[in-house]
Amino acid sequence: MEKNVNALKNDRDIQMSHYQISKSLEEINEKIRSGKAVVVTAEEMIGIVRKQGEIRAAQEVDVVTTGTFSPMCSSGAFINFGHSVPGIKASQVWVNGVPAYAGLAAVDIYIGATEPRVDDPLNLKYPGEFLYGGGHVIQDLVAGKTVHLRAEAYGTHCYPRKALDKRVSLSDLPFAQLCNPRNAYQNYNCAVNVTDKTIYTYMGTLRPRMGNANYCTSGQLSPLFNDPYYQTIGVGTRIFLGGGTGYVVAAGTQHNPGVPRTERGLPKRPGGTLMVMGDLKHMSPRWLVGVSLLGYGCSLAVGLGVPIPILNEEIAFRTGVSDEEIVTQVVDYGKDYPRGQGRSLKEVTYAQLKTGMIRIGDKEVKTAPLSSYVRAREIAQILRDWISSGKFLLAQPQELLPSERIETRD
Amino acid sequence: MYKRMLVLRFPPEITDQPLVCSLSREYDLCFNILKATIFPGQEGLMVLEISGYKKQVQEGLRYLRSKGVAVKSIAQEIRRNNDICIQCGACTAMCPTKALYIDDESREVRFVPSECKGCELCVAVCPVRAMEIRFAKDKVLV
Ligand code: SF4
Ligand code: SF4
Repeated sequence: MEKNVNALKNDRDIQMSHYQISKSLEEINEKIRSGKAVVVTAEEMIGIVRKQGEIRAAQEVDVVTTGTFSPMCSSGAFINFGHSVPGIKASQVWVNGVPAYAGLAAVDIYIGATEPRVDDPLNLKYPGEFLYGGGHVIQDLVAGKTVHLRAEAYGTHCYPRKALDKRVSLSDLPFAQLCNPRNAYQNYNCAVNVTDKTIYTYMGTLRPRMGNANYCTSGQLSPLFNDPYYQTIGVGTRIFLGGGTGYVVAAGTQHNPGVPRTERGLPKRPGGTLMVMGDLKHMSPRWLVGVSLLGYGCSLAVGLGVPIPILNEEIAFRTGVSDEEIVTQVVDYGKDYPRGQGRSLKEVTYAQLKTGMIRIGDKEVKTAPLSSYVRAREIAQILRDWISSGKFLLAQPQELLPSERIETRD
Repeated sequence: MYKRMLVLRFPPEITDQPLVCSLSREYDLCFNILKATIFPGQEGLMVLEISGYKKQVQEGLRYLRSKGVAVKSIAQEIRRNNDICIQCGACTAMCPTKALYIDDESREVRFVPSECKGCELCVAVCPVRAMEIRFAKDKVLV
């Protein structure tokens, strides 16, 4: 491993011509079409690179598949609910009692994952349960359930109707696209609570005096840990999204490539993000799950997987990353985080987090994931099988995501 | 939602008071009577399931006790609805026993009912509410 790190850490100036192995995306797609492509999951790639080195790995493997499945608050869906007679220019819309944003064209709405029902008691009785929200509406839709849509309008000459009440299912909707402004965060804090009281956060319930440490990425399987400088991922990359296919449409909100990185180029803190989109009609309730975060709010757990074409040995090396090499920061969500301070109490590796226990100072703290590793692995396997069987081709990104190759060491 | 299954014993002198009714009026609790034998002037026994906010359930029970009612909890069992569990692991942070744990090899989140002590800490932290409280009804209604 040491040899690899030394060989590739200053790779920012490496040109295509310097690689010993060089494949084009078109060549890889040709192999996929003829059923000859070698596709492995990011987990399987670790052993291959360790055993054979990145050059042979790049020779052998064409695509590495990744996966992640966890609550991703910045998610939602654009829906067009179709015109009725007479028409309506909806100004307020509720789906199963959950308000949707209607400040778009007449019957276009956006339903956001974290929007609670209008009658939700929120945190009035602390901690609130947030049992139903926008994420649950999206799951109900993809599950084929009928939802209740209610709209109000002020009425115009062309669209005189002032109220609409109807039951619709996904198949009735003329258009429904999942469109998530920020998914697949490249790394995330590990959260603890140093105060004397239990707190309820988007990082889960945190017990007092560092009673637990919660973390939330799929580590070595996570898409952006396998392509840390976004050398293959960009606008137009075709992905597994919510059980169907989707696309990366832009860098996500808060995409921040300029964070401190390890020698391997892995962000030590939250770094890059993806904005993704895909047809809701092809998705499944197994991979879009409405969730309730106690005392925090509702959200949507999203299944997402990105295929990484092994264009050269550098990409092979990067996809060989394992949990021992990925680090994150332990941050206090009791005092520090609410004050906007992300002070690191400790740097830990994902391998340490996965042992179930980390040591902070002289205290042993129990760790727990919020992101499902089992489901992340399943996504990587499904995507691998889709590609091996020739039914999923890779798409050439039209523009790569903004990347900064600053080799920060601290 | 916090739920309790209880056996209430009413001493003869209070069986004519509408105590259970106050639970819903004053403490905003829902109840479901599973069994009741109360005759005015004799000891009464009632098996009921009450639900509401935890604090109010506790206050309601304090109220009943203050009126002389003997309140006993009934064992309940925690089950995992495997159809909806998303295998995240959030529950393992709360579990004080080894009932919920992550298998090192497979990374699966396992639930071992025999290790569960019924503390219910996992119930509300589960993002999909897969940990369900079931009352061992058969143990009471004999
Ligand atoms: S009820 Fe308590 S002991 Fe039982 S599984 Fe849940 S957290 Fe663990
Ligand atoms: S928190 Fe709920 S969904 Fe997650 S593993 Fe535990 S039981 Fe399953």
